[in-house]
Amino acid sequence: MDTQASSNGYLVGSNLERMLRAGHFAVTAELGPPQNADGRVIREKAALLKGYCDAVNLTDNQTAIVRMSSISAGAIVVQEGLEPVIQMTCRDRNRLAIQSDLLGAYALGMRNLLCLTGDHQTFGNHPNSKNVFDIDSLQLVKMVTDMRDNCVFQCGEAFKGMEARFFVGAAAAPFAGPTEFRPYRLAKKVKAGANFIQTQLVYDVEAFAGYMEKVRELGVHKQTYILAGVGPLKSPGMARYMKNSVPGILVPDELIERMSAAGDPWAGKKADELSKEDKRARTQAWRDEGIRICIELIQKLRQVKGVSGVHIMAIEWEEAVKPIVEGAGLYPRPSVEAPTPAPASGGSV
Amino acid sequence: MIIAEQKPLSELKTLLGSAQNVLVVGCGTCVTVCFAGGSREAAIVAASLRMASRLDGGPKEVRDVTVQRQCEWEYLDQIAEQVQDVDIILSLGCGIGVQAIAEHFPQRWVVPGLNTSFLGLPTEQGIWAERCAACGDCVLGLTGGICPIARCSKSLLNGPCGGSEGGHCEINPDVDCAWQLIYDRLSSMGKLDLLLELQPPKNWRTSRDGGPRKIIRQDLRLVAEEE
Repeated sequence: MDTQASSNGYLVGSNLERMLRAGHFAVTAELGPPQNADGRVIREKAALLKGYCDAVNLTDNQTAIVRMSSISAGAIVVQEGLEPVIQMTCRDRNRLAIQSDLLGAYALGMRNLLCLTGDHQTFGNHPNSKNVFDIDSLQLVKMVTDMRDNCVFQCGEAFKGMEARFFVGAAAAPFAGPTEFRPYRLAKKVKAGANFIQTQLVYDVEAFAGYMEKVRELGVHKQTYILAGVGPLKSPGMARYMKNSVPGILVPDELIERMSAAGDPWAGKKADELSKEDKRARTQAWRDEGIRICIELIQKLRQVKGVSGVHIMAIEWEEAVKPIVEGAGLYPRPSVEAPTPAPASGGSV
Repeated sequence: MIIAEQKPLSELKTLLGSAQNVLVVGCGTCVTVCFAGGSREAAIVAASLRMASRLDGGPKEVRDVTVQRQCEWEYLDQIAEQVQDVDIILSLGCGIGVQAIAEHFPQRWVVPGLNTSFLGLPTEQGIWAERCAACGDCVLGLTGGICPIARCSKSLLNGPCGGSEGGHCEINPDVDCAWQLIYDRLSSMGKLDLLLELQPPKNWRTSRDGGPRKIIRQDLRLVAEEE
């Protein structure tokens, strides 16, 4: 992992990289930008996450729905004193746009990047749009790694002056098909240059441990840092939806039953028979259970060899991150001193 | 072959407007095989339009003729006389046929009777599926003869993405995941090592992205290019 590090030993020296290299169990959390131009939303959500994670992922038009751009939301996160992980998909931009946006993202102080294929546009609010997919996520990883380590654009042309140095991440979907190929595809992403991996949501730790066993056999866990994806369930309905309708997510029946049981005191009643207070109390009971389950998942995932941290995706529920991180015994977050000299820039390392 | 579908009758009526004298032109090649615009379909469309125009109170004269291939001048020459005295031509050829007629008979107004859908094949009676995107730089040698450009919803070269489940694409359970098909085929042929190679970004210049395409074969030309 050190082949392209600068003289201070770091590729980039971002907080996320420092935590992982120091061997701390890392915590990242997701922040979903709003479907409007209100920067206060980002500031409010950032305040909920500050101190509870090592870096914050800014999603890129997640589920193909138009939202404030990842990089502009990331710039606000930087102002708020948190460290962003910029998510970049291949759906909306060709190789020119991706490279130019990333030069700008670096100039605005962003240091971590997650490279994704992107959800297909038919899932979002502009299903009639043209998709791009000029390059795919693996080619994106390679492109940004070459921009960082070799100072070349994708076309092969060398550039002079300051390069965009990102700690480069990629995603993994351990339970998508064909499952037997998944560890190899992960290895391929790491070969392309992925410094860290954030996985799809894990609810079935046993199945994930099986995947990690194969990953370890391939030695991939020693070439990258793997952060397991977790997310608190909000309701039994959400748990069933995840299990039945979202590709690549396994939710054990036991967890669905636990979520249902949390709502038992109000069981057997239709929505119109419940008072406002009852509904609120039931929602709270479900959410409390969702957070408890998430904490247990983190504790189990921490025992899986080769897992370097967790990525918490509390979708439109950033408030949940604090109790999860505290409950999992991951608060306060350790700090690792920033490297000196500062990571190389303005030329090759 | 080129796969096409007929436009609905209501749209054909709108396209014909007030034209009185209509010539429906079928095509004897691809669109005949996919039952969209052959001589049989041309006759049925002509009859439907005659009937519809009568019911609408403005009977039109609608005749039909089918040529072997609408996309070659020599076959279009055969209908040169028939097109002279019509107000409008309704082509049941693919988009190439419609444009060939417009180019060959510049004085005549031509409208499309079909929607040209894709390049594909009939997988079984009554079902056609896309197989080729005409990207101009074939990758089938890397993927066991299954095209990820035409058949993966994201045209990935290093698939499958996380949306592959149970052999299906996330966009629709009726769509096969092309990368599952590729994986299965390479697995059965003992060639999975091909999937471990990182495929570089594609040169899309040979595809539509490089602008309208043209092939010039000097060895086949009859008239040498002028100096």
